[in-house]
Amino acid sequence: MSTFVELVVNGVSMGSVYALIALGFVIIFKATEVVNFAHASLLLAGGYVTAVLHDDLGFLLALGAGIAAAAGAGALVEVLVLRRARVENHAVLAIVTIGVDIVLTTELTRRIGTEVLSLGDPWRDRIVTVAGVSVAETRIAALVTATVLITAFLLAFRHTSWGVAMRAAAEDGETAALMGVRLTRVSLGAWALAGALAAVAALFLTVFPTPGLDRGTSFAAMKAFPAAILGGSTPPPARSPAA
Amino acid sequence: MASGNLEVRDLSVSYGRAVRALRGVSLDVPAGSVTAVLGANGAGKTSLLRAISGTLPFHRGGVDAGGVRLGGRALTGLRPAAVVRTGVVQVPEGRRVFGRLTVEENLKAGALGARGRAGTAEARARVLDLFPVLAERARQRAGLLSGGEQQMLAIGRALMARPSVLLLDEPTLGLAPLVAARIGATVAEINRQGTSVLLVEQNAALALELASTAYVLEVGEVAARGASADLAAGDELRRRYLGAAAPPTERGEDTGDAADAAAGRGDRPTLARWTG
Repeated sequence: MSTFVELVVNGVSMGSVYALIALGFVIIFKATEVVNFAHASLLLAGGYVTAVLHDDLGFLLALGAGIAAAAGAGALVEVLVLRRARVENHAVLAIVTIGVDIVLTTELTRRIGTEVLSLGDPWRDRIVTVAGVSVAETRIAALVTATVLITAFLLAFRHTSWGVAMRAAAEDGETAALMGVRLTRVSLGAWALAGALAAVAALFLTVFPTPGLDRGTSFAAMKAFPAAILGGSTPPPARSPAA
Repeated sequence: MASGNLEVRDLSVSYGRAVRALRGVSLDVPAGSVTAVLGANGAGKTSLLRAISGTLPFHRGGVDAGGVRLGGRALTGLRPAAVVRTGVVQVPEGRRVFGRLTVEENLKAGALGARGRAGTAEARARVLDLFPVLAERARQRAGLLSGGEQQMLAIGRALMARPSVLLLDEPTLGLAPLVAARIGATVAEINRQGTSVLLVEQNAALALELASTAYVLEVGEVAARGASADLAAGDELRRRYLGAAAPPTERGEDTGDAADAAAGRGDRPTLARWTG
């Protein structure tokens, strides 16, 4: 029985990390209708920056820097690539993100080489045992962090002006612009937020029991892709006939 | 709330640098007035509103010459959101409500471009006062509203930005006559409360009733303009806009007009719409 509970907790914890990644896909898709294939490389970039800096800055600052770096990289992709691509076809933009992914991943793979980097997390390999059930602290931290972030996002998406602006822009960009929504800002915010979430996910993909960040970490991000597709990347199928 | 006259001067617009939609169009929307723009499909009415609101780039279009000013301030070249902040807000053709958002959220979206957040509650109260049905349906998805209700929501959504000039693109398109009349009365009320209105319509009878001045666009140019009463009384508009000749009972100064042959036979149907 305790094995069963352990497996469930670990499974839910891993699932919540994938949910963070999938959420990034969905945010970008909702705001810009672009499927972002560069998401995996943003994740790798965030993890890499954290791994490189944690010796000098300490874990929390390094994590902050990693999140900022991934958010910045996402914003940069939006400004430098997507905003300049003067095409209306979202499929074309999705292909462009594959190109971005290849470039970024290649460079990061070159830097990481064959090493396995630690992100310097404070939980290390400690294990909590409650009533005979043993769970790694990292798994609990992942579950709590992901739950908090996802809940905060959903509340903001539903109730804040930012959320309304994003949903309006996703549904009809031109009309949203006529309402005074700054589309470039919505799109930029979505890319930055998705990058930030990916960096957090990178942390929890590489902590115990995983040995650390290596060049294969970004493949894990792709595992979240089906979750994003099944879980909400596609707009609701039933469009009202009157609209 | 009026913040000056909206002036369009010698405006030329083209799409893809190839298709000319407007040629040297000039018109004025004096503060506090209702001005109508009439014209058939393809006359350039919607292009005119796109040029004012800055949404031509969505359609690969652009302003080639001339410009738009509000109270002396140039609007040409501004992004749509910046135009909204100057107080010029458009209700697009075909209503374009956010169908997946609730009615309440649509109104919230309308307030996103408002100048300052202070007056939002007041604007909301005003909108719900004009359209009580929106309060009843606040939590419903906008896509589930009827056509008339969607038009009310589209107008209400635009009013949330507290515009000084409201641009209406065919607000009665596809609506039952009773509902259209209801929308017309609301537009008059909105204007009475101090908002200038630029009304683009195919329903000429309704537009001329609401507006003090009207312009007729024809293939991208201003073909006629004048006081609404004059345009409604004269047959200039009737000929240009409907392609029909003057009734045979009137003076025969339209000789040479191709349609006169038909008029001479006196078998043309009467256009009841024009008697309104």
